[in-house]
Amino acid sequence: MSTPAPRTIDELFASPSPWLLGEGPHAEMVLSTRIRLARNLREVPFTHRAREEQLQGVLASVSAAAQGSVAFRDGLLLRMNDVSSTDRQVLVERHLVSHELGDGARPRGILVAPDARLSLMINEEDHLRLQALTPGFQLSEAWALGDAADDELDQALEFAFSEEIGYLTACPTNAGTGLRASVLIHLPALVLLEEIQRVLKSIMQVGLNVRGLYGEHSEVMGNLFQISNQTTLGRSERDSIESLERVTRQIIETEERARERMMRDARVQIEDKVWRAYGTLRYCRSIHSREVINLCSAVRLGVAMGLPGLCPLRVLNELLVLTQPAHLQRLQGGELAPADRNIVRADFVRERLAAAERDTGVNP
Amino acid sequence: MLCQICGKNPATVHFTEIHDNQMSEIHVCERCAEEKGMHASAQQHKFEIADLLAGMVDAMTQTDEERVGHVQCPRCGLLYSSFKETGRLGCSECYAAFQFQLRPLLRRIHGDTRHRGKSPSHGSAGATRTRQIQRLHDELQRAVEREEFEKAATIRDEIRMLEAELQAERAGAEGRS
Repeated sequence: MSTPAPRTIDELFASPSPWLLGEGPHAEMVLSTRIRLARNLREVPFTHRAREEQLQGVLASVSAAAQGSVAFRDGLLLRMNDVSSTDRQVLVERHLVSHELGDGARPRGILVAPDARLSLMINEEDHLRLQALTPGFQLSEAWALGDAADDELDQALEFAFSEEIGYLTACPTNAGTGLRASVLIHLPALVLLEEIQRVLKSIMQVGLNVRGLYGEHSEVMGNLFQISNQTTLGRSERDSIESLERVTRQIIETEERARERMMRDARVQIEDKVWRAYGTLRYCRSIHSREVINLCSAVRLGVAMGLPGLCPLRVLNELLVLTQPAHLQRLQGGELAPADRNIVRADFVRERLAAAERDTGVNP
Repeated sequence: MLCQICGKNPATVHFTEIHDNQMSEIHVCERCAEEKGMHASAQQHKFEIADLLAGMVDAMTQTDEERVGHVQCPRCGLLYSSFKETGRLGCSECYAAFQFQLRPLLRRIHGDTRHRGKSPSHGSAGATRTRQIQRLHDELQRAVEREEFEKAATIRDEIRMLEAELQAERAGAEGRS
């Protein structure tokens, strides 16, 4: 990445995360690809059963080991105890930490690698949760990043592992490879044509899992679906990744065909929906985050279909994350009541879109 | 609608609770939900494992269940009954301590009980090689299924080489002992 490595949390937040760049293969449909590996230290009880000082030890030894690796050298270590609750929530909204790590009560931390695609949660449900998060549809690249970092960590740490069961994790649903590979994909046409239920059903039948924008148990918003492998035992990492890759390609094709059909049969209605969504975002004075997410979905569809005059994908990705409550509170430098938040959010969205119009020289 | 706990903020988090077959709805604001630990993810996480386990213990008698519940991990002291409640194991040793209970659970979750992925470098060289060979066999089968015969031939040669190395190592180890 061209941007210099962030040295403070302010620097980290100042630049948008790499997964928001709107780059990479199929970026118009696949927002991001993620690889997560769960690991534990052999000698220490799992996080929820470990004593405070044991967790301090894990935090110290894991961060030292990671900072000695090529992948994480010069990375930014944030101890959750030292991070304000707003900033912890910002990290959650950036998909850098989970809700569990975000609660901040115990000795937990996150190490963000210089290029910010790679991060390591320490003392989450498992001692280590290594994450590679890349823009677009790049499963092999994300896996290569995560796998290489895991190999390096393995040189310095002794992971809990058994020949039969593989990597041992606090929850048996992750045992084996400890791998969760996922893609965040935008499927508006399948939703609009009411074909999504059939597609989701077939995804689940082949052993994959579907979730919302913010991971486990989050609801589906803005036609964004997170598809991931369900099982971690009995198949190799490569096998799991290949099957997710294959299924995702099929879903992309199905969505593309649905979009073509939609444009053929109802072009004007679709364009109308897209431009009304853009208009609302561009001129709103008070707006809820859910509405931003839903309207961005319509605009994203328009951008993907090549309608001229809309904003770049990167701006839509940024709006999705930078308009979340904690990001807005940080922007304002204090707590905001939900009603005020909606006003600040509207200001932010309007300004961001106006700036994009100035940048691209397009005035729709 | 206002939060049923603080009565100040608008209720944005909605729960449905079922107690003694009575369904009741709770509407609270985000802050109160967080304070009261009414986090959907934590709760549902519990239920998933609990549901899986519930289906399995149906087949057991009451006494069986009690006996199994008292099995304890010698290292961290976790009782199997607490694992059933939380869905989380206490330490890496728990996998060995509860192996007879966990095997059917793992099969139910994953459809398999044997690891086929990567392994740490700290494992013995022989074990690593054996697993590597096994993985290559899987890949070989897939290559043949896809009629990628050139790739299959390369994989086959790799397997032969690893098997030869493994045999040489074993012979060496026997010679030493």
